[in-house]
Amino acid sequence: MERLRRTMLFMPGNNPSMLQNSGILGADSIILDLEDAVSITEKDSARILVRNAVKNIDFYDTELVVRVNPLSSDFGMEDVDVIGRAKPDVLMIPKATEEDIEMVCEILTKIEEEEGFEKGSIKLFPLIETAYGVENVYSIIQSSTRIIGILLGAEDLTADLSIKRTREGKEIFYARSKIATACRACKVDAIDTPFADMDDLEGFVADIQTAKSLGLTGKAAINPRQVDTIHEVFAPSKEEITHAQRVIYAMEEAKKEGKGVFSLDGKMVDAPIITRAQNTIIKAKLAGLI
Amino acid sequence: MKNILGKDIPEQIQGYKVVKPFQGAFVDLGEIKKKEVSLKNVMPGEEKVLLSIEEALKKCDIKDGMTISFHHHLRNGDYVLNMIIEEIAKRGICDIKIAASSIFPVHAPLVEYMKTKVVTGIYANYISGPVAEAVSKGYLKHPAIMHTHGGRARAIESGDLSIDIAFIAAPTCDTYGNINGVEGKAACGSLGYATSDALYAEKVIAITDNLISYPACPIEISQEYVDYIVEVESIGDPKGIVSGTTKVTKDPVGLKIAKMTSQVIEASGLLKNGFSFQTGAGGTSLAVAAYVKELMKKNEIKGSFAAGGITGYMVEMFEEGLFEGIFDVQCFDLKAIESYKNNKKHQGMSASMYGNPHNKGAVVNNLDVMILGATEIDVDFNVNVTTGSDGMIMGGSGGHSDTAAGAKLAMVVTQLVKGRLPIVVDEVTTVTTPGETIDVVVTERGIAVNPKREDLIEKLQKTNLPIISIQDLKKIAENMTGIPKKIQKHDEIVAIVEYRDGTIIDTVKRVKD
Repeated sequence: MERLRRTMLFMPGNNPSMLQNSGILGADSIILDLEDAVSITEKDSARILVRNAVKNIDFYDTELVVRVNPLSSDFGMEDVDVIGRAKPDVLMIPKATEEDIEMVCEILTKIEEEEGFEKGSIKLFPLIETAYGVENVYSIIQSSTRIIGILLGAEDLTADLSIKRTREGKEIFYARSKIATACRACKVDAIDTPFADMDDLEGFVADIQTAKSLGLTGKAAINPRQVDTIHEVFAPSKEEITHAQRVIYAMEEAKKEGKGVFSLDGKMVDAPIITRAQNTIIKAKLAGLI
Repeated sequence: MKNILGKDIPEQIQGYKVVKPFQGAFVDLGEIKKKEVSLKNVMPGEEKVLLSIEEALKKCDIKDGMTISFHHHLRNGDYVLNMIIEEIAKRGICDIKIAASSIFPVHAPLVEYMKTKVVTGIYANYISGPVAEAVSKGYLKHPAIMHTHGGRARAIESGDLSIDIAFIAAPTCDTYGNINGVEGKAACGSLGYATSDALYAEKVIAITDNLISYPACPIEISQEYVDYIVEVESIGDPKGIVSGTTKVTKDPVGLKIAKMTSQVIEASGLLKNGFSFQTGAGGTSLAVAAYVKELMKKNEIKGSFAAGGITGYMVEMFEEGLFEGIFDVQCFDLKAIESYKNNKKHQGMSASMYGNPHNKGAVVNNLDVMILGATEIDVDFNVNVTTGSDGMIMGGSGGHSDTAAGAKLAMVVTQLVKGRLPIVVDEVTTVTTPGETIDVVVTERGIAVNPKREDLIEKLQKTNLPIISIQDLKKIAENMTGIPKKIQKHDEIVAIVEYRDGTIIDTVKRVKD
């Protein structure tokens, strides 16, 4: 079954105690960051630290993502090679283009062969944070089957667009909608950009609600204290839970009767609807609603 | 001989009374008589205010071998202990036993007096800083006796700890010996730890920097117990006495532990009208309070009381109507002092009322939930808060053992790994609080319930909380840290850890340099 990815929590790749505890903070995914969180003088030591963390630390059921440096930088390629060999669940690629994805896939395929990993087992999460990326998000997703989701990076995007980032986020309405639509079309997750102001709870909740209403499926967090709030907002509504419960019940009844295909309220229920219902039930359980 | 926890206890310990091994937390202490105190009459017109500490010592006939007591409400800002012992040393007196409810880094000058044998014994509920280090290294002639807060009151009242002269650091005192802690530049609020000293010492001297005309109302320690009063320039540094604010932690791991702790409390069924609660002043403890507060508000629960050392955070909960009253043995911050001064339902309590196991019922007996810390906890749930990873003394029970014994739900909340060290271990270095009185340990990686609490295990298994065995918790910790080597120690006993009933629960051996 598909993973829940309501929250993806950034953790600095150069902080051992935070790395050690990152699996217990309640986020669905954690992103060990080698890029923005790490100063240029610490790039190599952080890479070694993160590699060893990926190999040795128990992150429990949390999905393990490592954000490497941009491939165009001096560090990106080596990050991919070293971290890929430690086999995290996912690599996150900043300022991703189709060419970047192809290049990473080539390295990963080689690593998987050499290390005896299952082919295609290391997934990719492109970070869309340029005007080019937004306009080409669909084709970027289509550039590899390794891609399981997209993260919107609004800070870099607004910088690229030479526009101001605001609390309300009207300036990223288009990017959010475009990414949400492309991701839904390709059946991958669409993760919203983080909210930076830890003291503005009201603004934070509104920001999550906006993202959810536009079809984004989760949100990145830059502080563990943001995780619970995101989960609360992304928790399913009563109607969604009831519907999901009915889908599951109908599925079980159909199984008993030996039916492969079944319908609910006159509509045929297919695999994605069942997956979504199962996810809704999990989300509801995690949020303590059932 | 061995005590019930299997700890080796010598038949005799030099400089220590009769050795009684720990037999369990709830042994019948029988019927005893309280200690007798000498009295003489004070004639009308007699003056109690003396000109100097020197004169007071002379009047009290200070001699070699005496036991003198102090209380620790001025904490790391206290000047009184140091000024008294300096004066005693000047007079050439030696072999003094210091019975201080707690000793802090500010009391570092004691180390020199330990070396010169001016001070040869220490009784304390908590010792930190240079004195703790010096005791651990064997500089004190006799082993230090580590009490609990309630155990100290018990020892004083029963005569096990006989005090010759008690020195009361008095933030405010009138000319006839009435004392309170709510006025004056060194105001510290409740004076709960000093009560037994005042009531049972042979002589009582108030040391004050706020001598006022008679009477000093409200009166916390009254004139009938106070022999003499000495005015000094300052009894303490307010900065060391109170912190301006005590804050809820922002550490995500601390917050996670706190949240799970509140969920255990909720699942235990104790969180209902009449709920009573105690927690410490640390960031995680306060975070537990914050989550409990949320739950109480959401479920419209009106609690009965909060107790212990009181922080502004507990006062806030009280002022929001979440508790009927507060029992306060010590104020931790300015807000607590202010509330103690102004709110009649913010009630002071003595250390005896707080935790003495041998009186007519202590407040801890009425506690529902107690939040405790731990330096180490072992697979039998025994807790160490006395010694650190280097084998040195770095604290002591304080109210730890008292509240653990009394509370219906005694919870240890701690990170599973601190500073690269596993906190859950096979055997704690020093047992401070026996495992039979600990119900749950909450860590960020799982919650272990004492197997004897089958009722609680059953309740918690119905929740989503990560309940695991304490052995598994230990394994998780060791997987992260490896198993640390045992600390090498000499055989010489440098401290005796007394359980609250006066039996020996463990000893501390001298560390190797």
